[in-house]
Amino acid sequence: MDTTGHSTLAEWTDGDTEATERAVAEFRRELDAGYYATVTEGEGQARQVTELPLDADLVILRRPIAGG
Amino acid sequence: MAASAPLPETAAVHWRPRLTADRLRSRGRTWTLTTAAHTVPFVGTAGLLAALEPLSFPVGLALLAHAWAIPELYARRGANVVRPKPRAEEEPERVALGLLGDLVGHDARELHAQTGLVPERGALGVWLVGEAGAVLVAPGGRRVYCWCVQVPEPGLPSGDRIAHLLLALRTDEEGFATVANLAFSGAPWRLRRRMPPRARPALDAGVRLSRVSSPES
Repeated sequence: MDTTGHSTLAEWTDGDTEATERAVAEFRRELDAGYYATVTEGEGQARQVTELPLDADLVILRRPIAGG
Repeated sequence: MAASAPLPETAAVHWRPRLTADRLRSRGRTWTLTTAAHTVPFVGTAGLLAALEPLSFPVGLALLAHAWAIPELYARRGANVVRPKPRAEEEPERVALGLLGDLVGHDARELHAQTGLVPERGALGVWLVGEAGAVLVAPGGRRVYCWCVQVPEPGLPSGDRIAHLLLALRTDEEGFATVANLAFSGAPWRLRRRMPPRARPALDAGVRLSRVSSPES
């Protein structure tokens, strides 16, 4: 999620090794830049991940929150 | 709402105890006692003055005005957490709204379109998530907690701001409440009249949901 609304950083499919490697590298880069990765797990549930879950439909990267 | 690992942002407020349901209730009671401690002396003094010297009633009225204003100011501070912020450009707002819409159900989408707040049931109660904060309606619907919490990132569209908070809330509800700063706690009616009129139906819906989903504990 960013100032454009959101940007797609990577897409991959089972068996596409090259796309998967690109996705993992992009994922790592965003985490290093301070993003947190979240996988939604049905209504009302989400899980934070530190490794790219290759079986997930969607991984959302969010910025840290803070008390105002 | 199932908690997985603790929200990493809690490390930034390591001195705060994790906000469990018991601690939340305790904070609500403390908030009420503090408000009473601020207002009762004014009311008491006004009563005493009236008894000792009825002609001092102008001073008594001023004291009563103070007693009335203090809780109102607290409620106003609470309402500020759901006050809408300046919009980003139209296209990012539209894109962000699409993603937010994918994260929530039909009813929540409708309520957001109507009020700017997204309802979310949690273990602590029913949350109404806005761009720069959230209101938690406690089980039973008799008390609300207003939390100031946001993404300190300029330029994000409104829908993204809500989606950030929503994802953090879903990841770890108690951690979310621990990170957030409590701006107000009290009766829903007190908050309602200080909220922007557009947001009031969200509070009404939150109170209804909290009464349906769980009896007061």
